[in-house]
Amino acid sequence: MLRGFTHTLNSSQLKPGETQLEIRDMQLRFGGVTALFNVSLEVKQSEILAIIGPNGAGKTSLLNCISGLYQPQDGKIIYHNGRAHDITHSRPHEIAHLGIARSFQNIELFKHMSVLDNLLSGCHIHMKTNLFASMLYWGPAQAEQIEQRRFVEDVIDLLEIEAIRGHTVGSLSYGLQKRVEMGRALAMKPSILLLDEPMAGMNAEEKEDMARFVLDINEEHGVTIVLIEHDMGVIMDISDRIVVLNFGQKIAEGTPDEVRRNPIVIQAYLGEDQSTFPMKHLG
Amino acid sequence: MTAPVAETFPQFLLAHAQHTPNKIALRERNYGIWQALTWKQYLDHVKYFSLGLMSLNLTPDETIAIIGDNRPEWIIAELAAQAAGAKSIGMYQDGVVKEMIYIFNHADVSFIVVEDQEQVDKVLEMWGELKNVRKVIYYDPKGLRSYSEDFLMSFEDVQKAGREFEKTHPQLFEEKVAQGKASDIAILCTTSGTTGNPKLAMLSHASMLSMGKSLMSIDPMQPSDEFVSFLPLAWIGEQMMTLSCGLQIGFTVNFPEEPETVQHNIREIGPQAMFSPPRIWENMISRVQVKMEDSTWFKQKMYNWAMNVGYQMADARFKKVTPSPLLKLQSFFAEWLVFQEIKDHLGLRHLKRAYTGGAALGPDVFRFFHALGVNLKQIYGQTEINGIAVVHRDGDIKFQTVGTPIPGTEIKIAESGEILMQSPAVMTGYYRNEEATASSLIEGWLHTGDAGYFDEDGHLIVIDRAKDVMTLHDGTKFSPQFIENKLKFSPYVREAVVFGGDYPFVAAMINIDFPNVGKWAENRQIAYTTYTDLAQKGPVYDLVRKQVEMANTDLPPAARIKRFLLLHKELDADDAELTRTRKVRRNVISQRYADIISALYSQNSHLDVQTTITYQDGRTATLQTRLKIESLNGTS
Repeated sequence: MLRGFTHTLNSSQLKPGETQLEIRDMQLRFGGVTALFNVSLEVKQSEILAIIGPNGAGKTSLLNCISGLYQPQDGKIIYHNGRAHDITHSRPHEIAHLGIARSFQNIELFKHMSVLDNLLSGCHIHMKTNLFASMLYWGPAQAEQIEQRRFVEDVIDLLEIEAIRGHTVGSLSYGLQKRVEMGRALAMKPSILLLDEPMAGMNAEEKEDMARFVLDINEEHGVTIVLIEHDMGVIMDISDRIVVLNFGQKIAEGTPDEVRRNPIVIQAYLGEDQSTFPMKHLG
Repeated sequence: MTAPVAETFPQFLLAHAQHTPNKIALRERNYGIWQALTWKQYLDHVKYFSLGLMSLNLTPDETIAIIGDNRPEWIIAELAAQAAGAKSIGMYQDGVVKEMIYIFNHADVSFIVVEDQEQVDKVLEMWGELKNVRKVIYYDPKGLRSYSEDFLMSFEDVQKAGREFEKTHPQLFEEKVAQGKASDIAILCTTSGTTGNPKLAMLSHASMLSMGKSLMSIDPMQPSDEFVSFLPLAWIGEQMMTLSCGLQIGFTVNFPEEPETVQHNIREIGPQAMFSPPRIWENMISRVQVKMEDSTWFKQKMYNWAMNVGYQMADARFKKVTPSPLLKLQSFFAEWLVFQEIKDHLGLRHLKRAYTGGAALGPDVFRFFHALGVNLKQIYGQTEINGIAVVHRDGDIKFQTVGTPIPGTEIKIAESGEILMQSPAVMTGYYRNEEATASSLIEGWLHTGDAGYFDEDGHLIVIDRAKDVMTLHDGTKFSPQFIENKLKFSPYVREAVVFGGDYPFVAAMINIDFPNVGKWAENRQIAYTTYTDLAQKGPVYDLVRKQVEMANTDLPPAARIKRFLLLHKELDADDAELTRTRKVRRNVISQRYADIISALYSQNSHLDVQTTITYQDGRTATLQTRLKIESLNGTS
């Protein structure tokens, strides 16, 4: 009888607290529009870092730069995993290979495939056997496939999606699809997990579940999490550190308590649109 | 193969592990595949967990409590406690905190074995009020890494301690098991009492084993059979099948992956026997009916034709007449074309016998399953007599009865009409409750509190709880449960409470089946928001009205429902309105809904109710709802 996890879902070799990702003076421009201006920040191993800010502050752009979808014009992104990698101009698949996985604001799953196949597609990045061996499905290729299938079960167990293993993704509720998408990112055995609004559009109960899964991934497996989220209640509850962006600039950084009391943050939110930052969370 | 000779559960386990060490004893679906445990492995798990408990000074007068889904660890913990000479008590996971604290303290619980973080959190919450508990042992470590309480221990660590303990105490486990006596208390079982604090029935190894033996003397099972354990192990019925029958015969017990995957897992295993309370069977019918409604025209035609044939066959079997050759031929095709498929989907294809117990099952449900060719039989019993005392025999099924007493059981009807039972399976008494014991065990006879009588064929007919039987205005005695079951046969009715004893006519309070009625409304473009909203829609009232009229046609005039209303909230076990096995708590309901009941017997056509809702963050809100009351004409 085995209980709990047989695999770690974390591929990082760093110790908790060590710097895992460094962003130095990053600038991103789209024509004349500056999306990110001189943004610098550090992500530490095994922390939950939240990125907040009003709409259009550049949060998703920042994630896109990290995961290689956008190329910043200036600055550097250094990723540490045993040794330092400069990933500023790396391609998305190279970055994924290094262990940075992400989920998207709008669900990007294979809608007509089963949950299981979607999750397995996350593992494929680590396939070692070549095409011919895989086609024969014999020896090491078979062993690898079985191993990946087993690994995916740990993800299923973690996210409690046993009952929908065989379901087609398109037939699932929005909340469950979000969960599957996070599962696929986890199946890549990430060292950093980037989550773009994992709780958007969910009801209170689904949010609570999702927050618990995020905490489980972080606490049980030590996976570093960088997330963008609008629900301030959730952010204040689960994150270790918060980075606040406004008009493409970093205006504050610190623990939830520090950020909540920071006058610049309060002004940024209130000055623009009172409704985007609920006062009660700012205390 | 003859069953091994032993007199306690652990002795049976030891015997199986010696005779068939490599046969599969338990199977659990985990990580997506069925993982098997052989009898030898099963024994080792029990042995080291038991030694581990002994190293933590578990003494024979103590109890271990077990809370969790059906998993191998559940019964391993139970057998480990028994091997150490102690006893176990199973608890429902969704138990009310106050009740749980009462049981922990009242039953001298020294160890609590729980499944996961959720249950650990629950126990931690009540920790301050627990008197004798020394350790809380969990078997799913997920999420518990950061817990630092020193009384928390993992299942594996207890087993590790057991292995260490064996080095200094070799043979202790075997000696302890050999010392076990048939008269030792094996488990405490909470009775699903409909009032007050639960009573804990003490059940000995002898009584539990005798029950399994008697049942299997009429319905034999084989070591090669499969059984799926998916109902709460705290329930006596599940204990009887999984442990008493399972350990005596040595069949394989399968545990589902998660509560949500039960249906799928049953289908994969295809068990030979099943014992479930009525709600499981009622749910299956609802599922078939709803699925058929969504099906194609051709399939519906086929289904209706086959069901018609099936009902004729079932009725012939009930009446014990030989069906005509034509009917037999039709039945062959119906089975081949339709029923096999349905049974396969429900996981009932290999079923030799199916039992229902715990509460009364409506006759229509019986007919339905027999029409499908499922050998569904009623069991009657109580926790106090190990759950099973009276059962239908194969080929002798009358759905208004509960069957005939199993071998070794004597039954007589007291002058008051109460059913009295005597058998080797009667409990030893209630734990630390002399008073209750004295009032229910009198000179060896168990007073069941149920009213009933024998029919001309020696079948027992149970009317209802003696105190619930109502006398209608024309003097006839009638059981509200009987009428309620008639109503509940409809897929649109989830729960019903019938009144009429002290009133001039019969009236009903009904809960609609939210998913089924919701689907029905969607198909007819009726928009709704919540349960309350849906229940008060005019068309829904019309729908339910039809169901009530249908139920009325089979009832004697005096027992027909004259007025009914659809309740604005679902009756819930969390609100103490139902027991955990979904039996209606009549006294609670008649108090809480006194206004509604009196409105049912007034001239009014509606009633305004106010409900106070407490949100999760502590805020409260008051909701105003107008409940319609529907009168039925032409029934008097």
